[in-house]
Amino acid sequence: MTSTQAVAAPPAPRRNESSASWRLTDRLGLAFAWFLGVLFCVITAAIVLYLFVEGIRYLRPSLLVTNPSAGYSESQTGGFFDPLIDTVVIAAMSMAVAVPVGIAIAVWLSEFGRPAPLARVVESTIEMLAGTPSILLALFGTLLFEAPWLGFLSRTSGTVVFGRSFFAAAAMLSLLALPLVVSSVREGLQAIPSHVREASYAVGKTKAATTRRVLLPAARPSVLTGSMLGLGRVIGDTAIVVLLLGNTLTNDPSGSVPILSALRGTGSTLTSYVYYNAPTGDGDQPGKAYAAAFVLLLMVLALNVGVDLIGRRGRDLRWNS
Amino acid sequence: MDDDVLIEEQSPVDPDRRAEFMLGALVCVVVGLVLAMFVFVLHEAWPSFAHNGLRWFGAGGSVDNQISAIYTSGDNATRAVYTFHAWPLIWSTILIVGGAVIVAFVCSLFVAVFIVEFAPEWMRAVLQPVVRLLAMVPSVVYGLIGVLVVVPFINNHLISEHSKASVTPIITLDGYSLLAAVLILAVMIAPLMIAIFVNGLRAVPRGWLEGSLALGINPWRSVWKVGVRTARPALIAGTVLATARGVGEAVMLSMVSGSVGFAPNPADGFVFFFEPSRPIAATIIDNVDQLTSPPMRHTLYALGAVLLFSAAMLSFAGWAAKQPLRRYGVLA
Repeated sequence: MTSTQAVAAPPAPRRNESSASWRLTDRLGLAFAWFLGVLFCVITAAIVLYLFVEGIRYLRPSLLVTNPSAGYSESQTGGFFDPLIDTVVIAAMSMAVAVPVGIAIAVWLSEFGRPAPLARVVESTIEMLAGTPSILLALFGTLLFEAPWLGFLSRTSGTVVFGRSFFAAAAMLSLLALPLVVSSVREGLQAIPSHVREASYAVGKTKAATTRRVLLPAARPSVLTGSMLGLGRVIGDTAIVVLLLGNTLTNDPSGSVPILSALRGTGSTLTSYVYYNAPTGDGDQPGKAYAAAFVLLLMVLALNVGVDLIGRRGRDLRWNS
Repeated sequence: MDDDVLIEEQSPVDPDRRAEFMLGALVCVVVGLVLAMFVFVLHEAWPSFAHNGLRWFGAGGSVDNQISAIYTSGDNATRAVYTFHAWPLIWSTILIVGGAVIVAFVCSLFVAVFIVEFAPEWMRAVLQPVVRLLAMVPSVVYGLIGVLVVVPFINNHLISEHSKASVTPIITLDGYSLLAAVLILAVMIAPLMIAIFVNGLRAVPRGWLEGSLALGINPWRSVWKVGVRTARPALIAGTVLATARGVGEAVMLSMVSGSVGFAPNPADGFVFFFEPSRPIAATIIDNVDQLTSPPMRHTLYALGAVLLFSAAMLSFAGWAAKQPLRRYGVLA
């Protein structure tokens, strides 16, 4: 006898009854659903193809290695090497903060989580952070980093702290990626059945050691998925970069210490470069904007494919209960 | 003798307690930072609300003139001007986000039903990566396509010369319009809604749908009357999330909706759809280089506080709308 299940697995391929016997309104509804499904595919294909075509038309390899410069026409304004490097740098900086902090919060929520009211507050805060618009995080960032005691993170002249630097933008971008990392890692940790933990405790391991040696390695696909989703969000964000990175076309270091001065200085990323060069921005060079947007889309596509592959590999792991 | 000592007494600081304490401290710091953010934004926004009172939300005068007056008065602390009536911006946000959510809701519901029940296997395998891809495209890329494709199309093919001439004294109809903003925002928020609706529809117990089919109701009606009805909490959750995303969208809307603080007038007939405007988030990002002037700073933070408040209100409205549905037992 088969037992009834609340939510059954997808059944064997059903043969839906032919819609010829339905009422007219139902058939129209099905046709509308088909139309919308096809429309979505067409819109996506149109966006991707259009960007590919225009991007390949305007993207020359020299653009990837030339620095931007001020000029009047497309041939005088250089390429987008600086924004490209800055995108990578700032993504690395913000993920370097978001991933460890996100894992720590997820571990606390799933393994410890006491006292219970604090756990509820933390969950609500992470959810609130996920729903906060990035422009609001950017406004708060200007407030926070113009405070005198954080002046070492950006340029200072006299008593006025400029407040715009790589540190400022990376800090706020990491807040943007944090909820994605936390929810993904938490799901991964909760999917590990309890007998694995119990086996580890039974041989005398502490909770901390169990987490570090058993649980986190097992949850590695979720950590990777969460990080890549967070990375996608960080690379694609414009508002925080426009407000907090200073919007200088080339990198503008401040101070004399080699790397630290660059990080305390200003710059721009691919997203703010596209925003600047769109017809509504100050630069108004559609060709450069297309080329940069094409590179951005390629990065995001690569991340998307990566998330897909990791998700597929993660699903192949089965816990023998 | 060491053999008689219990394990708990051998190490004075248990590594688990230490780990819990350190992780708990980190968690508290992050939560404190986020809560401090809200408090500080409200604190910085207060002067603008204090000077205007409830008229801050009302209409009165040109928003753009008020903004430049506020900015230029920032040089002199005693003659700082705070007068600001934000209704055109609020109305623009309501129109654009409301329109986009309505369009996206209808389309996403049909597509979600299609993906879960009626699409053939090959179509489902195409649609799911497509939806995920649309969700991951950066908003500045949507804005670029909007500016370079949608806006010229509307300008050249949809707005007639007669319409342009009829509004010349007040505004210019050049394609940066409500229609472009609503359409592109709908495409941006639809993937989010589709993903949540699909999860909600998949959580409907199979037996309920099969019972309806067994009674002789055709699959289309079964899914709509039983499945979609049961998945209402997921529909609400998806709509709330998509609305919050739409309200906070600054970059794409600043590129596409026009940069005029104008309140579109529905009484204008078809011209209404082509009128430019500027929602709240786009206003903030357009005026970002004016943060140096203190009154302007307070005004921009006040706009940010309105965004914050609306995101909180949306969450609360979603929670309140889900309460009567709890007795069904199938929550998103």
